[in-house]
Amino acid sequence: MENIVIKTVKLTKTYKVGDIDVPALKAVDITIEKGEFVAIMGASGSGKSTLMNLLGCLDMPTSGDYFLDGVNTSKLSKNEYADIRNQKIGFVFQGFNLLARTTALENVELPLMYDRLGKIKDPQKKSIEALERVGLADRIHHIPSQLSGGQQQRVALARALVNSPALILADEPTGNLDSKTSVEVFQLFQQLNNEGITVVMVTHERDFASFAKRIVEMRDGKVIRDYLIKDRLNAEEEFKKIAADALIA
Amino acid sequence: MQAKVILKVATKSIMKSRMRSLLTALGIIIGVSAVVVMVAIGDGAQLKVEQQIASLGSNLIIITPGASNTGGVRGGSGTFNRFTFDDVDKIKNEATLIKGISPVVSSRGQVIGGVGNWSTTINGVSPDYLDIRAWPLQSGEFFTDRDIMARSKVCVLGTEVVKNLFPNDDPIGQLIRIRSVPFKVIGVLKEKGQTSVGTSNDDVILAPSKTVLDRLSGGKFISSIQVSSVSSDRSDAAQAELKSIMRESHKLTPGEADDFTIRDQSDLTEAATQTSKVLTILLASVAGVSLVVGGIGIMNIMLVSVTERTREIGIRLSIGARASDILIQFLTEAIVLSLTGGIIGVLLSFIIAFILNHYTDQTAYIKPQIIMIAFGFAGAIGIFFGFYPARKAAALNPIDALRYE
Repeated sequence: MENIVIKTVKLTKTYKVGDIDVPALKAVDITIEKGEFVAIMGASGSGKSTLMNLLGCLDMPTSGDYFLDGVNTSKLSKNEYADIRNQKIGFVFQGFNLLARTTALENVELPLMYDRLGKIKDPQKKSIEALERVGLADRIHHIPSQLSGGQQQRVALARALVNSPALILADEPTGNLDSKTSVEVFQLFQQLNNEGITVVMVTHERDFASFAKRIVEMRDGKVIRDYLIKDRLNAEEEFKKIAADALIA
Repeated sequence: MQAKVILKVATKSIMKSRMRSLLTALGIIIGVSAVVVMVAIGDGAQLKVEQQIASLGSNLIIITPGASNTGGVRGGSGTFNRFTFDDVDKIKNEATLIKGISPVVSSRGQVIGGVGNWSTTINGVSPDYLDIRAWPLQSGEFFTDRDIMARSKVCVLGTEVVKNLFPNDDPIGQLIRIRSVPFKVIGVLKEKGQTSVGTSNDDVILAPSKTVLDRLSGGKFISSIQVSSVSSDRSDAAQAELKSIMRESHKLTPGEADDFTIRDQSDLTEAATQTSKVLTILLASVAGVSLVVGGIGIMNIMLVSVTERTREIGIRLSIGARASDILIQFLTEAIVLSLTGGIIGVLLSFIIAFILNHYTDQTAYIKPQIIMIAFGFAGAIGIFFGFYPARKAAALNPIDALRYE
């Protein structure tokens, strides 16, 4: 039980559009253990983004229970939701979502600003460490517009990491990146996962899903397949291949 | 979040769009400096009026005889006149809060001299009188204590009298006859204009008190005693002192009513200050409107800013900011904007006041309180007009805010 990071019980979300109820998620049961690397796949409208929002405590379920790191989140207030997002979850978005005209360091420091427990004594040191971890030690005073897409996503990843969350949630993390940079970013995800960090990501590219350890396929608000990947791709080797191909070409 | 961090974040986002922030603050700058300058002009005008009244003799205290009380029947004011030179001397010797004292022996009579004759008031006074009434001479000289002791037949004319008796000549050195008694004109008073009740101050002849008492009014009592206190704020104390001296002088027992009345000019001062106060309030409220308009400007820009920064709000919410954090952030921005505007506005008003005081005949007097009030108002406007946009920002849903393009 201690090893379970995510456990949903009949998690349901229904949107009201006018008088009509639109079910987005129908009684989903998922359990994700510590150290897993899960890719959630599905066509648009399959409910994967809704699931992602619920897992990220950005939205509240219509019914069902969601246990995050042993805490039942269904009964929490809005402020407690905010605190959970701050303490337990690191987000990585498709569009990076960094603050413009704000340096990489300040972007990474942002979650620590809202840290009410004050558990981190030196936010700046901690943020620099996070940036070093994603390999951007030499870019800490650059603003997003001075960084490449891959670098921006790595800043976002450092921001997700800085609070030592129980879980990193990535929503199409490489959707805005070319395939070479994407592989580079996945290399980082795999590396962090190897260090024991739980990663859950949404993607619709099967190639990228193969970097994960487990795939959850969704359709019409339900989980239709849930399986472990047998021939998992190693992003580091893939990157070497791409580099080699580029040399030949 | 700590206050220091909140302030830092607010200043940073204000500095990110400098031009816009400056234009937003401009409303407050103009509002605050308008209020401060308007009130300063009002206060300046008030100060000037007070000075003018002081120059008319605001320190002036007049002691007049009281009512008679004979067998239960009380006469009107002045029916019981027992003022003598003894009273004047006693006050002169004992009072500590007075600057000058003059008896006034009043008499009316026909005056012949120069081109014709003229009926006017003749006041017998002491040399202090000019100083008590803040009334300078236009030409010639005033009589001295020696003239009083010698009961010299000299006099000083008001301009109205000069106009009627000596329209073309210099009156000084001429002889006039007041009720057949010849007097030598030794000086002419400066024009003083109307009294507060509408009669002319200048239709008067001043002569030594004892001369008038002996030669014209033919009695031994003085019409009134005029005194000037050392300063206008000691006027009340001076009056109390005069009262006890007068009671002693008239040997009144503790239960007995005063047989004299003491008055000062405070009612006149009050009326004049009231007028300029009303003027100040009027000016300040007009300027206050511009301050409110400045506040609306802040609200407007903050609303635009919230819409523009919806994505930023979404990011902050997604990484764990509470709605209250967002509220405080935007509210702080509004307050920092308005207070900065307030500071610049106050500085600007000092410059304007300096220009007014040095290059125009307008007086602007900036009281310290008004600066505090203007600051307080600027801050209050920041809170009031910043609250609605801040609440709007705080009410955003993180998912919608993140999706906002």
